[in-house]
Amino acid sequence: MNIYLLPLRFPDNHLLPDLASSISHAFNLTVLLLEKPLSLKEGYDPVRNQYNSTWILAQILKLFPEENCKILGITGLDLYVPVLTFVFGEAQLDGKAAVVSSFRLRDELYGLPKNAEKLKDRLEKEAIHELGHTFGLIHCHDPNCVMFTSTYAEEIDFKFIELCPVCSEFLKKSFHL
Amino acid sequence: MNQEKNDKPVSLLVVDDELSVRDSLTKWFKEDGFKVDSAADATEALKKLKPGVFDIIFLDIKLPGMDGMELQRRIKDVDPNATIIMITAYASVDTAVKSLKEGAYDYVTKPVDPDYLSHLVANVIKQRRLVTENVQLKERIQDLYEIDQIIGESPAMQKVFDMIKAVAPTDTTVMIRGESGTGKELIARAIHSNSPRRFFPIITVNCGGLTEGLTESEFFGHEKGAFTGALYRRKGKLELADGGTVFLDEVGNIDPKTQTDLLRVIETKQFTRVGGDETIHVDFRLICATNRDLELAVKQGTFREDFYYRLNVFSISIPPLRERRSDIPLLCNYFLKKLASSMNKPVTSFSAEAMEHLKAYDWPGNIRELRNAVERAVVVANAPVITAEQLPIPRTPKATAHDQSLDAVEQAHIQNILEQVGWNITRASEVLGIDRTTLYNKIEKYGLRK
Ligand SMILES: [Zn+2]
Ligand SMILES: [Zn+2]
Repeated sequence: MNIYLLPLRFPDNHLLPDLASSISHAFNLTVLLLEKPLSLKEGYDPVRNQYNSTWILAQILKLFPEENCKILGITGLDLYVPVLTFVFGEAQLDGKAAVVSSFRLRDELYGLPKNAEKLKDRLEKEAIHELGHTFGLIHCHDPNCVMFTSTYAEEIDFKFIELCPVCSEFLKKSFHL
Repeated sequence: MNQEKNDKPVSLLVVDDELSVRDSLTKWFKEDGFKVDSAADATEALKKLKPGVFDIIFLDIKLPGMDGMELQRRIKDVDPNATIIMITAYASVDTAVKSLKEGAYDYVTKPVDPDYLSHLVANVIKQRRLVTENVQLKERIQDLYEIDQIIGESPAMQKVFDMIKAVAPTDTTVMIRGESGTGKELIARAIHSNSPRRFFPIITVNCGGLTEGLTESEFFGHEKGAFTGALYRRKGKLELADGGTVFLDEVGNIDPKTQTDLLRVIETKQFTRVGGDETIHVDFRLICATNRDLELAVKQGTFREDFYYRLNVFSISIPPLRERRSDIPLLCNYFLKKLASSMNKPVTSFSAEAMEHLKAYDWPGNIRELRNAVERAVVVANAPVITAEQLPIPRTPKATAHDQSLDAVEQAHIQNILEQVGWNITRASEVLGIDRTTLYNKIEKYGLRK
């Protein structure tokens, strides 16, 4: 199985190589870059000035390059689902597609000095987290585990980029990863 | 993970006439491992409702047919123990407050801040004691966590372990004293991961590295727009630690104004964010660490006495490495095994001479310095056994104390001088008062290497 990385209006292309290798390391799978143009116009809500992540997931599902794979859309756009003010990302639980956004991960949005290292670190953790959901992983109680839920940028800093032993074991048993 | 066999999963019902609300909330809560069902109106909801089936029910105030307020009353009749959270489309405070009076736990307005929602539900679950049951379950299974990475068999370290074990399960404030590099943060983590708070984070604040002007925001957070560039609310470290542990590293460096602010929070367990007036309630355990003489700082007036007494409730002193030399071989071998495997190098042990040097050195930088020394030795090692020459530590006369023969003393002395002058042979022969040829011969005789 391969994991595809699909940039969707993502401004920080220089982060992609490290992101790909972190994801590859986490799941022990090959990560490939997928470059397919995808119009996001219809997913835009002008009132909220945000993009509907559930709609984006549906678009990603339309362009599957192969049957047995996962795709992670990666964007710099601000994402939402209708009932929530924003999301860092969204995934199909036990499915194929996920999307993650770097928009709310930037320190400067919170009035702090810009921090490139933190942005990279948070993005990698959230990307692995969302992909973890596509493998059927749910939120973990271990605050160090990457599957621990984070709903605020600085919360992401306190968990590790690794899956805890329980979550890794689940992947091993279910997918032989 | 939430899906452990013996756990009864938290069960949720979402009642809303909007499909997108039902769908996105259902999806959101499934990722938490909850069992989620939904209903589009009161009739459907009442059909699904049976006593004890749902732990938490999200209820839209405005529903077609029977409205949310009426449905709330009917739910209370069927299942008085279910926790009800109202959903309102816009902040219609009047209706929401009315629902609270009739027993709803809280209300949220659409669209809801995911961070708020997540913590709201976590609090409900905590109150319903589901988390506690889960914690107790895990405790029975695995007893105490291993105190990982803290190595030591010396009586001094055994005393530290005993203190950790005694204080961890309590909520007592702990002060960790020790020189820099002794592993104070590891001790703090060991206390946290052996406490009932282990399923919440431990949040470290390095008080020595606080950005000027941002200290208040770092601890207490700030509201959107509190100052230029703050486009969104920032949560402070104390809020992030809710339910868990705050670890104040280098606590002796906190400025007096912040000492006063923190003292108030420790006493009241509440504060407001910078630029805000909402009272935030927090519940955390405090662990501090310092390598400074706080008693002296109190005398000199740079550290508040009342703050000091608040922090210095249970004190653990970590001995410096030179006061527990018997642990050095254990530590060296632990780091060697770990580092060699992470660097993929077949390095397995230290030569007897290398170990003598390691044991004799004073380690002013303590465990951190020792770890770095082993790391550098593993990097340069070209055989399974690390030799004394490969250690990046200065030779101490003590290193040869076991061998007082003239040859051994001469060898150690030449090696010392060569290192002092960076292996400049001309310079070394001047210092030693011998010619270069003699020096070369001696280097060869003793097998000295850079
Ligand atoms: Zn998640
Ligand atoms: Zn986990």
